[in-house]
Amino acid sequence: MSSDLLNDKEAAQKAVVDWLEKKAGSKTKFYIKDFYKIFPDDKPREIKKVVNKMVENEILEFWSSGSTTMYGLKGAGIQHSSEGEE
Amino acid sequence: MAKHETPLLDELESGPWPSFVSDLKQQAEVRAKNEKGVEFQIPQDCVDDLLGVLELSYKHGRTHWKHGGIVGVFGYGGGVIGRYCDQPKLFPGVEHFHTMRVNQPCGKYYSTEYLRKLTDLWDFRGSGVTNMHGATGDIILLGTTTPQLEEVFWTLTHDFNQDLGGSGSNLRTPADCLGQSRCEYACYDTSALCHFLTNEYQDELHRPAFPYKFKFKFDGCPNCCVASIARSDMSFIGTWKDDIRIDQDAVNKYVENDPAYPANAGAHKGKDWGPFDIEKEVTGLCPTGCMKFENKKLTIDNANCTRCMHCINVMPRALKVGKETGLSILCGAKAPILDGAQMGSLLVPFIEVNPDNDYEEITEVIENVWDWWMEEGKNRERLGELIMRQGFQKLLEVTGIEAMPQHVAYPRTNPYIFWKEDEVTGGWERDVEEYRKHHLR
Ligand code: HEM
Ligand code: HEM
Ligand code: SF4
Ligand code: SF4
Repeated sequence: MSSDLLNDKEAAQKAVVDWLEKKAGSKTKFYIKDFYKIFPDDKPREIKKVVNKMVENEILEFWSSGSTTMYGLKGAGIQHSSEGEE
Repeated sequence: MAKHETPLLDELESGPWPSFVSDLKQQAEVRAKNEKGVEFQIPQDCVDDLLGVLELSYKHGRTHWKHGGIVGVFGYGGGVIGRYCDQPKLFPGVEHFHTMRVNQPCGKYYSTEYLRKLTDLWDFRGSGVTNMHGATGDIILLGTTTPQLEEVFWTLTHDFNQDLGGSGSNLRTPADCLGQSRCEYACYDTSALCHFLTNEYQDELHRPAFPYKFKFKFDGCPNCCVASIARSDMSFIGTWKDDIRIDQDAVNKYVENDPAYPANAGAHKGKDWGPFDIEKEVTGLCPTGCMKFENKKLTIDNANCTRCMHCINVMPRALKVGKETGLSILCGAKAPILDGAQMGSLLVPFIEVNPDNDYEEITEVIENVWDWWMEEGKNRERLGELIMRQGFQKLLEVTGIEAMPQHVAYPRTNPYIFWKEDEVTGGWERDVEEYRKHHLR
């Protein structure tokens, strides 16, 4: 069973965007595990569904080194660069 | 005339081996001449510039490629690897030079017609440079620009009935040996299982959700032609429970050096190895010493056979894998980025391969392993590293598998045993009064 926050699609998406905006000063790209903190009571596979839906809806976008994938707000930060370099 | 001078790269052509430099020069020339009249959608001289930037990297001893980027096709978090050159002024043809991974068909079966269509598409919308196949098994299309990605994807999916493979923190393109389609050693239908799991886990393949990469590979028998034991986080290796089938007459034909019974099916016949010697070449090389050849009769102590395949490979007309077949699951192989390279550890010695219930026994193990790794794995930690960090015992616990002798790789080196309360009769509670009846204060 998922938490109320995760089940409420709009609230869940807002929580993700708020969290990313709060971090925007220092970082723009995040590992999937970073999102677990927003939904401490939920299973990773459920959290992944919400976050990937947000990519599909073009709120978030992927960044990939080829071996690792990160997530960020669409258009935020440098679009191509090295891992850990913003 | 080449666009860039490449004296350092030219050195790489001087050795006895085929050189990728020669291949790239040839491709640069094909594009320059364009005898087929292709309407190139990316710079015609991109391969010249590829050679140019590589030469510069050799000169500087540094790469001129940036690492990673935001490219991909809509809705997919893998299959495209963004590559951008950090000297676009000098080498405009490779300013963007992205790689696309194409999910190879199971067992790498395809028609020449399909290959022609694929290379035509890549000449048209990419550099024409391919890698058949990448280590993951994919067909690798090297070098195109960002606007071409969706176009290539559209053609692949709509006209070729073909998907992209995995990259990044995804399930990577599952890969299999050709198995029962051609090989008599196969203990299960590798292609059927590989295809089923590829479809079953589409979401994991295309939408990154893991701490890092995760690979499945399928070998029909312990010969491990796709080297699943070394190259996949979860490897599925065909095996059998019952006895190796022996045809004693055929064994004796090998012993008598009958020309119709060449050792190793004639695979090493390029050299004269002398007459076949069953002691030296078969029973003496059995890793567990569980075979005997006496009075023209071969016997195998099957309980001690590790299914290494050696004897079967040497005498394929005389020995066959058993009839009760299935597979073993091994976990945690990886390349040496952290803590050294690792081979897979045996998790499930034998499991049925049952397409009728959608391989339920197998998917249950997979999903238990994923749940644990997704929860506990650190960013960029492979399954094999998590097993090292939290212990193989933890893996047994999360998969609900009881420890058994097959799990023991070597005698334990740690003398301490920590019991959990539910493993001890009566738990941690004790009845002091009962105790004092027998033991004085
Ligand atoms: C002398 C230059 C290079 C060497 C020695 C080299 C070597 C390698 C090796 C050994 C692999 C693993 C092979 C495999 O997985 O099958 C690999 C993979 C790869 N290389 Fe290179 N590489 C070179 C240049 C490049 C360049 C210039 C690019 C891109 C512009 C590139 C992109 C890739 C990619 C995307 C893969 C992963 C392919 C796969 O999925 O297997 N490489 N390279
Ligand atoms: C099945 C029964 C027993 C078990 C599992 C057991 C276990 C242990 C263990 C794990 C140690 C620590 C060893 C070390 O740190 O190197 C130890 C130390 C010791 N045990 Fe036992 N023990 C048992 C029975 C006994 C009995 C019956 C006695 C005496 C009558 C005894 C006397 C000692 C002593 C004196 C030490 C300390 C030795 C030293 O410091 O060098 N043990 N025991
Ligand atoms: S792994 Fe075994 S079954 Fe598969 S192709 Fe090789 S020998 Fe045949
Ligand atoms: S398969 Fe390997 S371990 Fe088993 S009997 Fe043959 S040589 Fe020995």
